[in-house]
Amino acid sequence: MQIHDQPALKAEARNLNFFYGEAKALKNINMPIYDKKVTALIGPSGCGKSTYLRSFNRMHDLYPGNRYEGEIRFYPDNTNLLSPEVDPIEVRMRVGMVFQKPNPFPKSIYENVAYGLRVRGENNKRVLDDKVEQALKGGALWDEVKDRLNELASNLSGGQQQRLCIARALATDPELLLFDEPTSALDPIATGAIEELVHELKKRVTILIVTHNMQQAARVSDYTAYMYLGEMIEFGKTDEIFIKPNDKRTEDYITGRMG
Amino acid sequence: MSANNASDLPTVSDRLAKNAMRHASERIIEMLLFAAAAVSVLTTVGIVYVLVSESINFFQNVSIVDFLTDTQWTPLFDDAHFGIMVLVSGTVVSSAVALAVAIPMGTVIAIYLSEFAKPRLREVAKPVLELLGGIPTIVFGYFALLMVTPLLQKIFPELPGFSLLSAGLVMGIMIVPYIASLSEDAMRAVPMSLREGSYAMGATKLYTAIHVVVPAAFSGLAASYILAISRAVGETMILAVAAGMQPNLTWNPTEPAATITSYIVQVALGDLPHGSIGYQTIFAAGLTLILITLCFNILGQWLRRKFRENY
Repeated sequence: MQIHDQPALKAEARNLNFFYGEAKALKNINMPIYDKKVTALIGPSGCGKSTYLRSFNRMHDLYPGNRYEGEIRFYPDNTNLLSPEVDPIEVRMRVGMVFQKPNPFPKSIYENVAYGLRVRGENNKRVLDDKVEQALKGGALWDEVKDRLNELASNLSGGQQQRLCIARALATDPELLLFDEPTSALDPIATGAIEELVHELKKRVTILIVTHNMQQAARVSDYTAYMYLGEMIEFGKTDEIFIKPNDKRTEDYITGRMG
Repeated sequence: MSANNASDLPTVSDRLAKNAMRHASERIIEMLLFAAAAVSVLTTVGIVYVLVSESINFFQNVSIVDFLTDTQWTPLFDDAHFGIMVLVSGTVVSSAVALAVAIPMGTVIAIYLSEFAKPRLREVAKPVLELLGGIPTIVFGYFALLMVTPLLQKIFPELPGFSLLSAGLVMGIMIVPYIASLSEDAMRAVPMSLREGSYAMGATKLYTAIHVVVPAAFSGLAASYILAISRAVGETMILAVAAGMQPNLTWNPTEPAATITSYIVQVALGDLPHGSIGYQTIFAAGLTLILITLCFNILGQWLRRKFRENY
């Protein structure tokens, strides 16, 4: 049922349910993720947007008692990311993630960016140098850190640390990049830099971003999904969702009557 | 009119006066707490005073140069020599053997408990491990002498009945729980967000443990190693029982030798007259021991500060 002007699919949730032990956190979610587009997930706290996001790189597998039902199809190879036969490590090799709070490793700036490459067994100094530089440029951080790559990453400011985490995720050329409220711990200027970066990055990678900030969703995303109590209430082009939502609940949230 | 009203109100000192009783009891409690704290400080000061003053007497008879460079330790012989290096060598070798066992083993156990073990297993394993640290060291000493030495003699037939190797190995086992327990606490204090960052990059548990958790917890690990060194250097009974007590300048762990601590036990239990030069040696040896552990404590503090991570 693909409509003609729609871009290619990168991933698609099909009848996705998720359980923290007995508690059902995601209820029958169906949603497309379009290739090389930014899709924003909005909704009040506890609505399941982070839970949904973290299903894409099987983060929930780290903790006992979590259970998925349904599928997340990943294209072009049509793999079900949630299938028990699929190794979560394989999934994470293809799906990068940037967290709410910058979490640089206790290593140098260089080694932080090289981390994913080393995990993949790359130890050639020239390849690493090259990819680290590319990734730091991709993260809009190169000019600020090129003379101090061997300094500890914890010496950077919060906004720089977050861009470092983006560069770290970019270094391994992920196909899908997950952002879990990436600017909630940052000041407005650092937030602006990250938003600009997201805009730049969608040329090369598909982006799924959770945000509490509706202006941010409106500014950076092409598609927006509104979630409430574990359900996907409405999904559509960002312009349409924000200008003319179909569902009353979406409208209430966006206009600030709720949430 | 406002001035009038103000004078009717209780002033600050009036209100405090009502609480005078409370303040008195507060001060008594404060003084009690201070006294409790002072006892431990004064004890330390007293120990250092005794060691230093007796050592000064000792060094009036023996030059510091001889003390540090002589290769014999025969304070009770007619031809008395006072080369502390003889005892230091025993202490260094036995501690090195112990740490060679305890640091790798303790760290691996800590990594396993913190990163791999299921919560239920950890809940059982950690208290059991800590129980090992509660066994009296004299028991470890006999374990070394009667179990470990005969076992080692099957591998190295020339091994004497007393050896630094056997005592050091058992001392290492004794120290393992300290390292494992403290290191595990340090690693568990590493925030989950760091681990998630590593897993999200496609890293395995082992890779994450070695490349992210251990470096992040390094200040805690270093502290546990330093504590282990202090324990090893200060350990007495295992060495007194299993390492032999003859002073022997050696760097070979398969030989018997006295350590600083086992020498002090030997002399303190003997019947040397108070104030004799032989008696004073134990204070000089004790002072040496305190200086060694002090150095490691300072090193430990420095490492902690240098590698403390701000998460």
